[in-house]
Amino acid sequence: MIEFLKRLLRTPQGAIGVTLVALVLVAVVLGPTLAPHDPEALSPLARYKGPSTAFWLGTDQYGRDIFSRLLIGARATVTMAVFATIVGTLIGAIVGTASAFMGGRADEFIMRTIDAVMSIPSLLFALLIVNLLGSSTINALVAVAIAFAPGMARITRSVALAVRKQDYVNAAIARGEGSSYIVMREMLPNVIAPIVVEMTIRVSFAVMLFATLSFLGLGAQPPAAEWGLMVSEARRYMHLSAGILIWPSAAIAIVAVGFNLLGDGLRDALNPRT
Amino acid sequence: MSPNYILKRLMMIVYTLFVVSLIVFAITQVLPADAAVMMLGENATDEALNALRQSMGLDAPIWAQYGHWLGSLLQGDFGTSLRTGQPVGPIMFEALGRSLLLAVLSIGLMLVLAIPLGIIAAIRRGKVADMVVSLVSYAGVSLPEFVTATLAVLFFADLMKWLPPTGYVPLTENFVDGIRYLVLPVCVISIILIAHVSRMVRSELVDVLHTDYIRAARMKGLSGGTVLRRHALRNALLPTITIVALDVGYLLGGVIVVEEIFAIPGIGRQLIVAIQARDLPAIQAGVLIMAATYSIVNFVADILYAWLDKRIQYD
Repeated sequence: MIEFLKRLLRTPQGAIGVTLVALVLVAVVLGPTLAPHDPEALSPLARYKGPSTAFWLGTDQYGRDIFSRLLIGARATVTMAVFATIVGTLIGAIVGTASAFMGGRADEFIMRTIDAVMSIPSLLFALLIVNLLGSSTINALVAVAIAFAPGMARITRSVALAVRKQDYVNAAIARGEGSSYIVMREMLPNVIAPIVVEMTIRVSFAVMLFATLSFLGLGAQPPAAEWGLMVSEARRYMHLSAGILIWPSAAIAIVAVGFNLLGDGLRDALNPRT
Repeated sequence: MSPNYILKRLMMIVYTLFVVSLIVFAITQVLPADAAVMMLGENATDEALNALRQSMGLDAPIWAQYGHWLGSLLQGDFGTSLRTGQPVGPIMFEALGRSLLLAVLSIGLMLVLAIPLGIIAAIRRGKVADMVVSLVSYAGVSLPEFVTATLAVLFFADLMKWLPPTGYVPLTENFVDGIRYLVLPVCVISIILIAHVSRMVRSELVDVLHTDYIRAARMKGLSGGTVLRRHALRNALLPTITIVALDVGYLLGGVIVVEEIFAIPGIGRQLIVAIQARDLPAIQAGVLIMAATYSIVNFVADILYAWLDKRIQYD
């Protein structure tokens, strides 16, 4: 484990990725305690202020402290994205592994169906599902999870196909184990490493997808401090103060870059090549 | 490439559209919106509602409704919009045309920039140029379209006043103005694509440059440029076709957001309006057309790939 961490931190991607993701985790866990101001406290006299010692990143169109809102919003944005990615990955991993295990006609059928589902852009898929269930944070989570599942199933299957040919799986079949036992206990554990890499990178897509849904008015609702929503609300006032637009945008980008880099770092650390 | 392979791929498109039609129909069926109530308003009498439901076939069992819908689809009838009362098909296809213009320009810009960037990064692997390209591409894939679009409008339209902020002018009406309105949307859509594809080109080319046949070509005494042009690029760029085709799915998602922000009357904007108004026939038509576009692009990419790469023998 220590050895692995060392290898992860030796690559520039890994080191920067770990740092950024760690910062984000601090904001998620300690955000409300660290926030210097009440994120929903309006101060009509202090609107559109630039950065100062009192308001580190300035104030927004209602005089709310932007830095506090970003810290609070980290929970809404990042936790949801991670959770949705995990749920989507789990569904995808089970379907993909099962498909690889069954092989033949069933596999062909499942994969062609997944290809078909993937012809609907994931943003559109998420929009449809949110619209079906109603705009709320939880529904956006379900939508993103469902939109991610087919892609993860496809990746898991290709990894699982390689595992399927291994001797220990044949041994389990020869022992007369049931299908669900082989899929869950023999195959899944061995496809986990590449899936974790893919999942980490996907968290950044999830963050962006969530923010986009909120931006389009179908995710978090005002006055929540969700970052996409902050950008959306700032749009009308952006000519008065660019800060209210730039800080939440930067926050989204930092989280996305962080998870992207961490994913690439993990990939290099997990399978050392050249 | 045998005719069999093409036939098989065509069958896949049909299957794809069938699955998508099932999904779309299922989703719109569960949508908590009663088409009859939508058309007549909340205060309509029960008799009027029932009469309308009967005339629209809404009282039939679900599978019969699906069959009826699919039947009219196959005859090219996408239904009538609940919002405007106009036929959905012509409106959606007209909007699709504007979106395709946006998409094609974006892919063009992406190819012009992403491939050279990827090549430079691969040749100068580990040098400053490589670091710069990968930094920029990390930033590119990490900024959602709505962020880059908003920032672009803020900077190029509000602050510098170089370009109009939002809107759309048909190219046939006024070419120069039309282009001026398209610059920002096209740039915004292509950012993520450029970032992604340049990274792919780089990693493919790095892999190819390590192969034995490249080493052999070098030892034969060919100059670096010739090795790159004649041997390496050909093999490294082939997989790019597949990657670009798969990215079209992402592109279509981006088109939705960008059209909404820049007020371009394309299919993405139509879909958002339809989803917000719960205009079921319009949603169904829009999603189907998008999925069909994606399937056809991927079909063409597969055929092109098989045709260019003689090693692949599909049966």
